[in-house]
Amino acid sequence: MTSSVFRAFAILCFALLTACSSAPPPKPQAYPEPVFAADRIIPAEAVNVTTVYDPWEGMNKRIYNFNYHFDRWVFLPVVRGWKAVVPSPARAGVHNFFENFRDVRTMANSILQASPTKLAQSTGRVLVNSTIGLFGLIDVASSMGMPKPDEDFGQTLGHWGVGTGPYLVLPLLGPSNVRDGIGLYPDFVLQNYIQGDLLAQPVRATAFLFDSIDTRANTSFRYYETGSAFEYQTVRWLYSTKRKLDVEK
Amino acid sequence: MVASLATATATVENYDYPITDRFVATVVGTPLGYEADLPKSIPFKKRRLEVFPERELPDLIWYGREMIYSEALQKRPAPLIFLIAGTGASHNGAKNVNMARAFYKAGFHVVSLSSPTYPNFVSSASSTGVVGHAQNDAEDLYRVMEMIWKRLDDKIEATSFNLTGYSLGAFNSAFVAKLDEDRKSFNFRRVLLINPPVSLYNSISLLDRMTENIPGGEDNFDVFFDRLVAGFSEVYKEQDEIGGDFLYEAYKAMDLKDEELAALIGVSFRLSSGSLVFTSDVMTDFGYVKPKGLELDRYADLTVYDQVVLRLGFTDYYHDFFYPFYKAEYPDISRDEFISAVSLREISDYLASSEKITVMHNQNDIILEPGEIEFFNEVFGERATIYPFGGHCGNMSYRDNVALMVSTFTEGAP
Repeated sequence: MTSSVFRAFAILCFALLTACSSAPPPKPQAYPEPVFAADRIIPAEAVNVTTVYDPWEGMNKRIYNFNYHFDRWVFLPVVRGWKAVVPSPARAGVHNFFENFRDVRTMANSILQASPTKLAQSTGRVLVNSTIGLFGLIDVASSMGMPKPDEDFGQTLGHWGVGTGPYLVLPLLGPSNVRDGIGLYPDFVLQNYIQGDLLAQPVRATAFLFDSIDTRANTSFRYYETGSAFEYQTVRWLYSTKRKLDVEK
Repeated sequence: MVASLATATATVENYDYPITDRFVATVVGTPLGYEADLPKSIPFKKRRLEVFPERELPDLIWYGREMIYSEALQKRPAPLIFLIAGTGASHNGAKNVNMARAFYKAGFHVVSLSSPTYPNFVSSASSTGVVGHAQNDAEDLYRVMEMIWKRLDDKIEATSFNLTGYSLGAFNSAFVAKLDEDRKSFNFRRVLLINPPVSLYNSISLLDRMTENIPGGEDNFDVFFDRLVAGFSEVYKEQDEIGGDFLYEAYKAMDLKDEELAALIGVSFRLSSGSLVFTSDVMTDFGYVKPKGLELDRYADLTVYDQVVLRLGFTDYYHDFFYPFYKAEYPDISRDEFISAVSLREISDYLASSEKITVMHNQNDIILEPGEIEFFNEVFGERATIYPFGGHCGNMSYRDNVALMVSTFTEGAP
């Protein structure tokens, strides 16, 4: 399961990279100057405050576009079906169940970041939710007001000073960067390892699917719905800023 | 600016909305504990509508063909209310969603529309692609309202039609109501205008000029921006998630002065007007910031245009895009006449005589020129409710305001 998913990602990325690099360069052509031309409006010393290092913008925008279509024709219809078929309390149970595994991920990364506070907080949550919370189905910890730190391997790398590398839009998963993209792998291996101990093989295979559906159902972002032509760079800046803060948090 | 508040307008007494500062109210809104008690979840569904089936869009904005709106429908016969969002805001922006909750709870079918200045509306539902023209925008809105009702007609029963909007959406509502008197598709029972501008040009000039409050001037935008981000960041790091009182906490933590809040409002206005103007430019190939004839595809790098529109005001749009664009259509009208026509004063006779239209406004709204608030008392008389504070739409979720919003439409209902 793991390797095939990642191989599919790699193939898709490669296809998009080559598709993009083989595009012909734009023909130089003289156009009439617009009413407000950039060279007159933007002062030479102007600082672009929302710049993010994005050398693969062409490829990223193609993946962004692909994600929209996947969302529209596959992912979101499945999410709608999920919401229509499964009653809300059951969906909450599934959500909590996967969130409990994310708390385990936070535990592991808190150790790697040498953060005793976050380790204590996440361990407390997992202990409470796995027992009183019936194997994670009920989020008792949040009802008790226990804080919920959220740490992944990308943040762990950032914590030890690893830079983000170029911005990256991942197929299906959306905004990321090279560091966070790499970080997904150890987190995924860890989750698979724990679930392997707890869940039977057929359940584990479907767990991945339901985790994805649950995650999408709880993410309100919709590609291109701001309607703004600048959406791509706005999302890029927001993602990068948020991740920077999450590392510092 | 604050000194201009001392006027003779009669305002609501015993009003306990907690924020008296006009800028703080505008930015922060209604703190937790003061909001109306509304259902968290309503069946608010997104819908897509093809308004101009023949329309072909430039590749860069290929996604904008269908207009997106939302609806929350009752299962039994009920009055229907249309909501129109404010400048640059969408059908599912926070303010429309909040109104939808209130009206759905009160038993209304709710249809929520984006502002004609929202990029998706510009590309999918504006007949010209150049918005800000009071009558044209009303025609565009009316067209989609008719189309939506045609879809709903055999699904639901509407016992009456009603209309409300905030900010520019309130301004639009007034002109839509006027248009309905001729077209009579809806015969609106009640229309409520929440914090409308009087003269659109005056209001956008005020908002444009707010960027002059950036400490050290516009050339120091980057320093100011970094300070804001740093301030937000501190609050974000303290909290588990963004929500509830985030803005209020951020405001308190950063200890922003009025000038800085004004600058923040100006910048956010510029961000939304920037995407609007660029969408119009791409749609019409006018040559405003994009060279005329240059075709950008959906993967094009837009950094330069983003930077240019951030440095332009909405008033620039009116003078150098809107006016030249429409001058071709109406060659005899001067620039000043054009600008003064985009005003509620144009239809003040209608507003004065139409009993169905009421207005809610704030004495210290930041989008009104000194004295402009008087227009509402003069024209609407008893039908105007002026609160002593609330800034621009800051008190829209406050419980008293929500109660009046709802009772405006429920009182005397058949």
